[in-house]
Amino acid sequence: MIQEIEFTLNGEAVTCAVDVRKSLLEMLREDFSLIGMKEGCSVGECGACSVLIDEQAVDSCIYLAVWVDGKSITTIEGITHTDGSLDNVQQAFIDAGAVQCGFCIPGMIISSSQFIKENPQPSRDEIRRALSGNMCRCTGYQKIIDAVELAVETK
Amino acid sequence: MFDITGYYEAHSLANVFELLKEQPTARIVAGGTDVLVKSRARVTGFVETPLIGISRVAEMKGVIMADDGTINIGALTTFDEIEHNKIINQNMPLLSQAVSLVGGPQTRRMGTIGGNVCNAGPAADSAPALFTYNAVCEICSATTTREVPITEFYIGVGKVKLQPGEVLVKFKITKQNYQGYQGYYIKFAQRAALDIANLSCAALVKVTENKIQDLRICFGAAAATPIRMPAAEAYGLGKEVSNDTLTTIGDYCLQDTKTIADWRASKEYRDHLVTVLPVRALALALKDGE
Repeated sequence: MIQEIEFTLNGEAVTCAVDVRKSLLEMLREDFSLIGMKEGCSVGECGACSVLIDEQAVDSCIYLAVWVDGKSITTIEGITHTDGSLDNVQQAFIDAGAVQCGFCIPGMIISSSQFIKENPQPSRDEIRRALSGNMCRCTGYQKIIDAVELAVETK
Repeated sequence: MFDITGYYEAHSLANVFELLKEQPTARIVAGGTDVLVKSRARVTGFVETPLIGISRVAEMKGVIMADDGTINIGALTTFDEIEHNKIINQNMPLLSQAVSLVGGPQTRRMGTIGGNVCNAGPAADSAPALFTYNAVCEICSATTTREVPITEFYIGVGKVKLQPGEVLVKFKITKQNYQGYQGYYIKFAQRAALDIANLSCAALVKVTENKIQDLRICFGAAAATPIRMPAAEAYGLGKEVSNDTLTTIGDYCLQDTKTIADWRASKEYRDHLVTVLPVRALALALKDGE
């Protein structure tokens, strides 16, 4: 069963004839070749597949692709500026040494971007809670939280 | 890919009933945080079936206070919306606190309170609060509307009193069931986020001049369904608030719980928590969580 959908992807209006069985993650990776977001747990626990839907971070692995019809999606590729330069949140993750294997980082940056936009002066506890839907198996989280604090300062 | 045989999206409540008539074997999906997870796990009834999506049905969203003070919570209102809703924060802070502890932020943005209840997990975080506020479920079909108190809505694990063609549309909480109460919810789990409670306890109490005027306690994960504590609630009525009273209330709870052992916790551990959590929850409720 195929359904035609229209949505905004990283600022660009797009259409897609998508298999209704696909998750948003599968559509973005397979039909749009956007492979920045990762499939970790596939059940909405690890946050590696996070994308912004109408500026809200959600897990794209348990989100039906057809649900984005009429909505606006930002993936990690859309966080990077159109000239290819890094967003300050991305740069802060590098500068704080928050990236080890990197698998969770696109999701971390998606969650951080929304959070910083809504909370210009967050406490460390608020950052922890905002990132509690994103798991990291390398860093122990400290440097990731440092990175968000740095991104707030360098905004 | 999810192993579903079709997807039909409803655009209004009337449209949900039309689709249910056309696709009688279909399963309803709201935010997908349970249905799609179960589909991934190939749980019977969640694969090889069509889905009817209801996430765009506007009539089932949002929180409204009626003129008589009754609070109506649309079944499709997300945890995130309930946590930050002014009406809920001012009048039913126990519910707002409970839903703030569901899963992680991404889950709370998609998961809905109606889905949480209809999924009928014993440890669902929104349920104990709704039980203590004596919420009433409004259930509609194409031609009928009926009301069922949430305390009578559950049948067992994963089962609620919905007939084919019926949809849970909203929860109603009357003014006398929230006004003047203080409440607190404890989710006892291994992690602060993305975990399921070993045991959870909602306590709602009305106290005047240090005497308990009304007491409601509900546990999650202490039985096959969320469960109220009639023996402890009856004992507490009219008693002075003291450490002894609270401890005895905790002990009375064992009369009504039906805990089991599973991979999350042993029965002995849960039974210990049954006696301890209501004491903590009541103490925190009376101190406004401090």
